[in-house]
Amino acid sequence: MEDHKYSTGQLYALVALRLFVGWHFLYEGIIKLYSPSWTAKGYLLSASILKPFFGWLASGSMSSVVDVLNIGALVVVGVSFLIGYKTKWASAIGMGLLLLYYLAHPAFPGLPQGPSEGSYWIVNKNLIELAAIWVIMVFPTAWAFGVENLLAKNKTEVTN
Amino acid sequence: MSNDKSNFGKWSRRDMLRGLAGIPVLGTVWFAGARTTVNAKKERQQLLETLNINASPPPPTGPMAGDPIRLGIIGFGIRGEQLCRALGFATTKWLKDMKEAAEKNPNDSRLKDFLAQENLNIKISAVCDIFDFNAQRVIDSFSTNDHKVKRFLTYKELIHSKEVDAIVIATPDHWHAPIAMEAINAGVHVYVEKPMTHNVSETYALRDTVLSNPKVVLQLGHQHRQTQSFLTAQDIIAKKVLGHVSLITTNTNRNDDNGAWQYEIHPDASPSTIDWNQFIGNAPMVEFNKEHFFRWRKWWAYGSGLSGDLLSHDYDRLNCVLKMGIPDSVVTSGGIYTHRDGRNVPDVLQVNMDYNDFTTGTSQEEGKEKGMTFVYSATLGNQFERPTYLMGHDGTMELGNAVTVYADARSTKYADLIKEKRIDPSDPIYVYDPSVNGTDAVTSATAKYFANKGLLWTYRDGKRVDPTFLHMREWLSCIRNGGTPSCSIKEGFEEAISSHMAGLSYKIGRRIEWDRATEKIIAKPGEDLDAILTENKERVVV
Repeated sequence: MEDHKYSTGQLYALVALRLFVGWHFLYEGIIKLYSPSWTAKGYLLSASILKPFFGWLASGSMSSVVDVLNIGALVVVGVSFLIGYKTKWASAIGMGLLLLYYLAHPAFPGLPQGPSEGSYWIVNKNLIELAAIWVIMVFPTAWAFGVENLLAKNKTEVTN
Repeated sequence: MSNDKSNFGKWSRRDMLRGLAGIPVLGTVWFAGARTTVNAKKERQQLLETLNINASPPPPTGPMAGDPIRLGIIGFGIRGEQLCRALGFATTKWLKDMKEAAEKNPNDSRLKDFLAQENLNIKISAVCDIFDFNAQRVIDSFSTNDHKVKRFLTYKELIHSKEVDAIVIATPDHWHAPIAMEAINAGVHVYVEKPMTHNVSETYALRDTVLSNPKVVLQLGHQHRQTQSFLTAQDIIAKKVLGHVSLITTNTNRNDDNGAWQYEIHPDASPSTIDWNQFIGNAPMVEFNKEHFFRWRKWWAYGSGLSGDLLSHDYDRLNCVLKMGIPDSVVTSGGIYTHRDGRNVPDVLQVNMDYNDFTTGTSQEEGKEKGMTFVYSATLGNQFERPTYLMGHDGTMELGNAVTVYADARSTKYADLIKEKRIDPSDPIYVYDPSVNGTDAVTSATAKYFANKGLLWTYRDGKRVDPTFLHMREWLSCIRNGGTPSCSIKEGFEEAISSHMAGLSYKIGRRIEWDRATEKIIAKPGEDLDAILTENKERVVV
């Protein structure tokens, strides 16, 4: 705990960032979880680079596994960030997931942009959210706001 | 030693808040997501129940058991080669090219798809192609150790050789009917490419021939009849989802030489490798001309231009869905605007087919349910994609590999649902997408984007399949197990007459009418419709 010397303003901002990203991940995961016909197949098949890899992910046997893993990862990251538990692990998962989303449809000049509501050049919202998770990873806040706060106290008490 | 109780004792209210405050947020987000999705699903389910559309299962086709069917191929050009592949026979060159393509690009699944195709238990036993090079390709590629493919120099010799049970006709249009009739009279089954005939009178003659030989199976090459989405569209019409359909618009847009029938001329072509007299057949004799031989679709003497070549496909797609038959009248306009290369068939064509009494039912009061115009609009000078629309009083259907239905804002049938905001006329009320499991009432912008990208195929039991394969399989199944194929003489007669009416209207420059009672195209005194249609000129002054 003593390692993290944030000002109150910094702590609030970092907690807000973690909660918002978690909120977004969880909502995306829940919407897909409750929509049985949802599949990432179209997104993967239309990948603009690394087509063999994404094509393999979208292939018959892999497709349903990928869908389950995708939903699972979204929910796990969402829950972790919201309740503040194992956020480092969840950050790694979240960044991996966003990196895959980004690589399937990178905002590189000359590549088709696909469906999106804005204008992007190299950096797009997937990449920005990835960077946001990076911040969450290296500036942890679960010790101050989250289940880890209780567990840490618990641990301290037990071991003392 | 501490225990649980003492642990809890260490936590202040503040600690509890800081430790657990995320949990209610988690519950709220989870609940909001679940509720939104479940409610939307319930709404869609209710809407789907109201619409009651069932994606019809494909027509059953029987087993391919028994002795192999012996096939003769008449015409092994571009289309003949494609049809043979659909039957499971690829040329040595194609297999080599595809192997190389797959090695270069592992995503190229053409060879894999071909090899995965079901064995149709047939034997290609004979070929007739009047260009030596093409005939030799068939012999070299399809002969096996057990049997050598026999070449016949004329179609008559092939048909009467007793070496074939069935033939595939992929010749220029002016040979379709003469060859088909010869075969059917000899008891040989026929798969013939579209358009079924080249002029009006042979359309009747072929119909008579088929009707007097009921044991012979005829299939016309409109393979899209096998596309699952068209079967779904049939059910949408049957359930009166669109109400009274008053207008259909369907289109062809191409902008390349191949699409304008400017095919390659083979270097081996010469009077000594091509039987020119046989090519000419019933067309007016001209001197040996390589361009006429390889690019025959550009002349009325051998082909039928946009009206027979491509309108026929679009017409049959809609006739498959609506069963609207032959129009009461047809008006055609157009011209040769882009490809001024000596051709005499138009490269821009607008066909308006009027159906005075056709009805798809109505939700309105009596008297507002009749009449429909089918518009076919084509250009070979632009390839912007224009979808096919069926426009009804209650809704609009976009018909392609996917089917999308929108309610009309002024619909009578959906007026209440629109008022209650349960239907938004700008969002689809029904989407059938064969590449996704199940159906959905609304689709996201993303899903629409992917559908438009063409990531859709015809699927059967979750497997991607070539509709031509299904169409030929259906024909072979009817030969083996009985039954009538989905595009036989009734459909072929309607396709041929409707296409010929469009062609005649273009050539003569007036409205062409159909007398339903006598089943005749109305000709003015002195008009010889066959001569007008096949005369090798762009327009004919009567």
